[in-house]
Amino acid sequence: MLKGKQSWVFANRPVIVSSAAVGGPFEARGRLANDFDILHDDLWMGQDSYEKAHKLILEEAIETAIQKGNATKEDVNFMLAGDLVNQITPSSFAARTLEIPYFGLFGACSTSMEGLALASFLINNQGAKKVVTGASSHNAAIEKQFRYPTEYGSQKPPTAQWTVTGAGAALLTDTDEKAGKLVTTSATIGKVVDLGISDPFNMGAAMAPAAADTIIAHFQDLQLDPSYYDLIITGDLAKIGSPIALELLQKEGLQINSEKFKDCGLMVYQKDQKVQAGGSGAGCSAAVLYGHLFNEMRNGKYQRILLVATGALLSPLSFQQKESIPCIAHAVSIEVHP
Amino acid sequence: MAKQKSPEQKRYEKIEQKHEAKRPVVKNCIKAFFVGGSICLVGQAVSYFYMYYFHFTEQTAGNPTVATMIFFAMLLTGFGVYDKIGQFAGAGSAVPITGFGNSVISAAIEHRTEGFVLGVGGNMFKLAGSVILFGVFSAFVVALIKTLLLIWGVI
Repeated sequence: MLKGKQSWVFANRPVIVSSAAVGGPFEARGRLANDFDILHDDLWMGQDSYEKAHKLILEEAIETAIQKGNATKEDVNFMLAGDLVNQITPSSFAARTLEIPYFGLFGACSTSMEGLALASFLINNQGAKKVVTGASSHNAAIEKQFRYPTEYGSQKPPTAQWTVTGAGAALLTDTDEKAGKLVTTSATIGKVVDLGISDPFNMGAAMAPAAADTIIAHFQDLQLDPSYYDLIITGDLAKIGSPIALELLQKEGLQINSEKFKDCGLMVYQKDQKVQAGGSGAGCSAAVLYGHLFNEMRNGKYQRILLVATGALLSPLSFQQKESIPCIAHAVSIEVHP
Repeated sequence: MAKQKSPEQKRYEKIEQKHEAKRPVVKNCIKAFFVGGSICLVGQAVSYFYMYYFHFTEQTAGNPTVATMIFFAMLLTGFGVYDKIGQFAGAGSAVPITGFGNSVISAAIEHRTEGFVLGVGGNMFKLAGSVILFGVFSAFVVALIKTLLLIWGVI
């Protein structure tokens, strides 16, 4: 049901029956290693290209999520997925293997929440009984796509971010047994915001205004106070973008405690891992939410969270042509059903 | 063609600048100086090696030295070390000939999965191509200036 200008309230409370996260070798050394279902110790993952490895992690995440939900892929009505590679081939190729009717999404690193919002909408409005949604990124495949060859010795500035090798997927159903389960309760779809940042090594700062815009819209549309949530988590703003977003929100009069304002890009790695400003990539928010955060919610640490995945909608061509970076953010609230 | 920033974008720029981590320029320069200098020191040693043990002169030792340094860069790139040196040293490892070697070799490795012709062949010089183009062109301009100065009897 539409509420306000750009938000949906999911009155039927779609249930997230299961979720899964898959990571790479660098993530295995990270802070959230225990929250991954599958960790690969090699970037190639036994495949003959990084793009195939990229496809593999999404397949594994979706298969694991379906399996954990005691379902089969034949039961699943739709799959919603996306990534950062040209023409989102890893997601589409995974859909070829899985043979689930498929929506390919592109929202850069905001794809995870674009997918979860749409999946919840489908379930909430009787458009589907079971939907699987996911997002993924592979460090080497994405670096190849957007930046220099992985072995090229260029010096990255401290504002640069490290693309997460990871995939996350969740299975949503329309079941009536909701007690104690994770449910999606609302979503806010963001608009494209561009405040003139054109440095592709400073994505956090480029995306921060989009995150702030969507969060403000969310609280306006739903007439809620930020204290409603135990945690507000942004996708991959990292060290530079996260404090900027917080400042923008506080300037707008939203009372958000910095303790309750976290960022997936800052959560995924250890302090001593050399990732400059933090993690990024479509798989960053997906793996952190569908792995770590959902585990924390199932353990009772958080009751209500708002995840705001942020995406930079640039291409390698657009920044070479000196275009600034348009960004977007989508928010989905997840609660533990009483 | 620089685009005019809107007042909103200018306001945001101010907020952004406050939070942005700056490149540590002085520290980077010092690191680049020492790492770049060390690479050149190795190059000099290789050069002397060819002069003392083979029949090369100071003028002719350049070619085998360059080839050897690129060979070292190839090993370091292949073993995944050169990009880490690059992150530490910046221009220090990018400017010497080893940096040129690294740019060619890393691109060749990167695009191996697209085959030898369109992958390796087509992409090998995607970074180094501009170095070759502008290197040759600037050499041409400098040579032209020198020739003109010689003709005019200035030098």
